[in-house]
Order: sequence, then C-alpha cells, then structure tokens
Amino acid sequence: MGSKACCSPEVARGVGSPDGPAAGESKNSRRYLLPGILLLSGWWLLYRSLAPFSGWLTYDVFSLARGSHFASAVEFFVFDTPKVLLLLTLVVFGVGVARSYFTPDRARRILAGKREAAGNVFAALLGIVTPFCSCSAVPMFIGFVTAGVPLGVTFSFLISAPMVNEIALVLLFGLFGWKIAALYLGTGLGIAMIAGWTIGRLGMEKHVESWVYQAVGIGAERDEEEPMSIADRIRYGYEAVRDIVGKVWVYVVLGIAVGAGIHGYVPENFMASFMGSGAWWSVPLAVLIGIPMYSNAAGIIPIVQALLAKGAALGTVLAFMMSVIGLSLPEMIILRKVLKVRLIATFAGVVGFGILIVGYLFNLVL
Amino acid sequence: MKTLQILGTGCPKCKILAETTEAAAKSLGLEYRMEKVTDIQAIIGFGVMMTPALAVDGVVKVSGKVPSTEEIKKILSV
Repeated sequence: MGSKACCSPEVARGVGSPDGPAAGESKNSRRYLLPGILLLSGWWLLYRSLAPFSGWLTYDVFSLARGSHFASAVEFFVFDTPKVLLLLTLVVFGVGVARSYFTPDRARRILAGKREAAGNVFAALLGIVTPFCSCSAVPMFIGFVTAGVPLGVTFSFLISAPMVNEIALVLLFGLFGWKIAALYLGTGLGIAMIAGWTIGRLGMEKHVESWVYQAVGIGAERDEEEPMSIADRIRYGYEAVRDIVGKVWVYVVLGIAVGAGIHGYVPENFMASFMGSGAWWSVPLAVLIGIPMYSNAAGIIPIVQALLAKGAALGTVLAFMMSVIGLSLPEMIILRKVLKVRLIATFAGVVGFGILIVGYLFNLVL
Repeated sequence: MKTLQILGTGCPKCKILAETTEAAAKSLGLEYRMEKVTDIQAIIGFGVMMTPALAVDGVVKVSGKVPSTEEIKKILSV
C-alpha cells in the first residue's frame, strides 16, 4: 500500500549507524522520548482547539453571517484543513515506523510458495503494511512472480496495496469514526483476497507477458539488510512524513476546498437524488466515474465527507472512493508492460465487480 | 574508476537521484562513470523491487528512496 503519489521512502541499504551499536542506540532512542511526548501533547491540544477556533475565525473575526453558504464553506475549510493535515502527519509517521519493519523483499519471502487461499489472505494483509508505489508496481510484480508467488496471490497483494491505504483508514477514522474505517478495511481486504483468488482460479498465467517468467530470478541471496535501531526507525518515520505529506498536502487542501464548496453550496439532500440508495444505477456510475480519476487517499476523503453530508448513500460513496483509489488508469497503463490487455481487463473487471457488490451491499444494509 | 548506475524507469525521483549522485561524486573528486539503467529486465537483474536505486560497481547500495547528498557521499567513499 502507499499513496498513489509516487514512491514512499525505504531503507537505505548498507548504511548503518556510525556509532557503536548498543550504547549509541539507547542514547539515541532516549533523545527522542522527551521531544516526542512534547510533540504529541502539542498535537493533541492543537487538534482539540480546531473546532472552536474555526467557529471563532469565521463568525467573530471575519464576521460572516451564520447560516450563509459562504460562512459554511469557510468554517468547513478552516476546520478541516489543519485537522486533516494533523491527522495525516501523525498517521504517516506511525505507519512509517511500522513499515520500517516490512520491505517488499520480506513480503516476497513470506509469500513465495504459499498456496492459494492462505496465500491470498497473507498477501492482502501484507499489502497494507508493505510500502508500495505505482512506479514500483512493475518491478514488484516481476519480483513476486519470479520468486514463485502464484499469480492470484500476487494480485491480492497488488490490489490491497494501493487500495487499503493507511492514510485513507486513519482519515476515515478521524472523520467518521471507527465503524466506517473498519468497514473500509474489511471490505477492502475482502475484495483483495477474493478478487486475487478469482484471478488465480481463472488460470490466466499465459496472459502475463512471456518475458516476465523468463526474467532472471531476483537473487534470493541478497544481503540480509542490517537491522534498524529504534532511532533509525524514527528517522524513517520522520522522512516518510516529510516525503509523503510534503507531496500530498496540495491535494489535501484542494480536496478540502472542493469539499468546502460542496458543503457550503450544495443544498441538503441534493446528492440523495442521484447518489442516494434509491437510484440503482448510482453505484455502477460511481465506480465508473472513479476509474479515470486519480487522487491520493488524503485528497478524496474530504470530498467523501461532504458528499455524505449532502445525502449520498454510504455504499455509493464507498464504491466511489475505492474506485478512485484502487482502480487507477495510470497504474493500469504501467502494468501494460508486464500484463497483456486481457489480464488487465480481467483485473479491472473483477475488482470493479467486487467494489460494485460492496456498494450495493452497504446501500441495502445501512 | 567507479561505475555508478541509476536504476529506474524514468520517474522524477530517478532524475533527482541521478543529479544528486553526480553532485556527490563531483564534490568528492571521484573518477566515475555514470549510467542510467531504464530497462526493466536489467533492473530486475539487480534484485531491485523499488525504484529508484543506486548501484556502485555492480552492488546495489540504495533502493526505494533518494538519499541526501551527504548519504551518497558516505556510500561513495567506502
């Protein structure tokens, strides 16, 4: 998984800590403890003060009329922008540190030789924690396949990696609560596992470009990477924040601006008319619209929030979000290097179908 | 003379890695030969799964990120 914005950082090979191991390490780790606690407390205080602050800014400082469209939009924007950015920073850091424990190499080693079903489950789960980037999709695919990971299992990984995105999860949690976040996680994983398993069952190995299987297998005897110290992992998390948030914040602000516009100007229940659970064609439409759209998880969520507030049905919105994040035209074009068109179409079809089912299911149940 | 290979399919990070590596090598006064490897099969042959990557004299030293000039200098001075 990873944001669709390009590559997330990874371990620098061969560059270990210059200090002596044990003594240097505990000294380094403790150095981070106090600033860490201070930072976290500061973060929490900021976070809690956002709602009152945005209200104050909009109505007292700018003196906008309560209830006006513009005031609504402004308050939403002032509230949401720092809120999302704060959540993002925290999450990316936490996940960055967690990720320092997983590399694509490790994922590959775990999955190689696993049979279907069990393999699909593991692959989908690993997709969440392994760093992933669209430009690495091809080398990773080849790496997995040549290491003996079955095609269906590889696909489970490829589906869950971009779609079940830690940024999306935590933002969903922060904005909508744990139930919706858990729902997204569960259905995302479910789709990854079942779609991957289905593709495996279809036996489409011959639709992989033949040169892939003939590619020189990635040397299994790579150096074992040096274990990272805690300090290294913290630095890794920090770099992840700098890289990812640095790249993504523009989209976030844009997404919130769009969300603010929808929030302020679109009348209540407008969305219900065509995205509501009544219209049966709203789910397929949402999925189709999502495919050519390319957005990282962070930017799409404020839009999701605004849509829901205006009466769009949860299933439809979830389907839309998954389609935007998980089915990306750019990624499919990149995959053309290793997959023949039939397989790409099958991939998109199976995943799209899964998303469709999820959409309908939730519209029916909730 | 060191052989420096930048492995990547052309995404912006690969270009940055190339520039940073070149700057680091020059500031060290190294004799080097730089090569950009964009062919997927060749990249796979190095055992790399995340691009961009930097290989010095055929051994992959960094993969998946663009290290700072300082870090590259350290790698090159070994």
